[in-house]
Amino acid sequence: MKTNSDLSKQKYMEKHNFVTIADLSKERILYLIQMAREFERHPNRELLKGKVVATLFYEPSTRTRLSFETAANRLGAKVIGFSDAKASSVSKGETLKDTILMVSNYADVIAMRHYIEGAAQYAGEVAPIPIINAGDGAHMHPSQCLLDLYSIYKTQGTLENLNIYLVGDLKYGRTVHSLITAMRHFNPTFHFIAPKELAMPNEYKLYCKEQNIKYQEHTAFNDKIIADADILYMTRVQKERFSDLMEYERVKNVYILRRNMLGLARENMKIMHPLPRVNEIAYDVDDDPHAYYIQQAQNGLYAREAIFCYTLGITLDDIRNDKTIID
Amino acid sequence: MSSMENKKERLVAAIENGTVIDHIPAEKTYQVVGLLGLDKLTTPVTIGNYFASKRIGKKGIIKVSDKFFTTEEISRLSVVAPKVVLNIIKDFEVVEKKTVETPDELRGIVKCNNPKCITNNEPMQTVFHVVDKVDGILKCHYCDKEQEMGKVELC
Repeated sequence: MKTNSDLSKQKYMEKHNFVTIADLSKERILYLIQMAREFERHPNRELLKGKVVATLFYEPSTRTRLSFETAANRLGAKVIGFSDAKASSVSKGETLKDTILMVSNYADVIAMRHYIEGAAQYAGEVAPIPIINAGDGAHMHPSQCLLDLYSIYKTQGTLENLNIYLVGDLKYGRTVHSLITAMRHFNPTFHFIAPKELAMPNEYKLYCKEQNIKYQEHTAFNDKIIADADILYMTRVQKERFSDLMEYERVKNVYILRRNMLGLARENMKIMHPLPRVNEIAYDVDDDPHAYYIQQAQNGLYAREAIFCYTLGITLDDIRNDKTIID
Repeated sequence: MSSMENKKERLVAAIENGTVIDHIPAEKTYQVVGLLGLDKLTTPVTIGNYFASKRIGKKGIIKVSDKFFTTEEISRLSVVAPKVVLNIIKDFEVVEKKTVETPDELRGIVKCNNPKCITNNEPMQTVFHVVDKVDGILKCHYCDKEQEMGKVELC
């Protein structure tokens, strides 16, 4: 006779957390990208019919939450959750562990956004159901990273041997740090373009050296510098990041991409941005064929459909042989 | 041995069986007591501190009767007193000398110095990976922040 613990082990055997992209192998990343591709072909299905997805947002992030909730809805799941910790028992002093265990009684998977670093890792350790990290403070945002990888793959046809230019706030920008980590498998050449105060931190440059990732650093940002780019990844230079406001005033207009800087760009070059943008991409770029940031956000839907399925043990074959597609 | 030296020796009584922890930097003696949980033992424990030491200036020495520590317990000392020596005593004789080995992982010993780390915001145990044993670099399992072993705050 099977004991309770055997049964629960069996039930959760295929459980995967999605907490960080750093520990995913090359094969696993490519597998998730293939999944996202299937969802782009047919986004509406009933693969998660009968499942309940919880979105626990301890800090507001409307864009990310809507993307996760849309992904769940388009796969036929029901969604519960909260969009602000003020509305939950956290405001009464409940621990994260208690909240996670309580919600695990109701839901099949939890997508959680938290302002505390490492919260998702811990939640993944205590929860009997899969945990998806929808951002934990300045630490990780792996679903953003997967949608970035999918966007690169989709526009370039490969992730191998690309020239990737990262522009703007490279010191605090977690998306650019995750991208370096995830791209280590694919022999990229990075170019870091940033003001001195927001330059790529040493720990990431050391990481590049350890992993044999080629990189160059620039402080200038112009048409010649970016002429060899396959991907131009823009980020926001925020005033509050500067200790020296004179420095901010000096550089605030340097890291703005304008259409007249795209004359020498490669044909395949795409401009990405994690959004929201403020003024770092001029609006005249929007109509340029290199602009890709709005489609990039749409890819987030397919990437998150893939993440839900991956965490719940649904395979690429299950998705390819899926009979629940709604046309 | 002169009578003077004899008197010095007798500052701390010999034990029949147990462990003598020697060469503890004097300011770390009570941290060692805490890390090994000696305050909870019910066997005789003798704590001596600020003795002259040729090697480290002032040292602490702790004698614990009828207690032999596991490698895991000893490795807890690597963050405060990596150079201590543990003399294993049987029938009043030193039968073995053990030194501290830096472990791969530290659980519930060190505080994370990132105030935004989950371990400082939830009643839970900290976990650190020792990423560089030579330079003594710890990395938080949860928030990935690194810190130097010599500068840690204990839980």
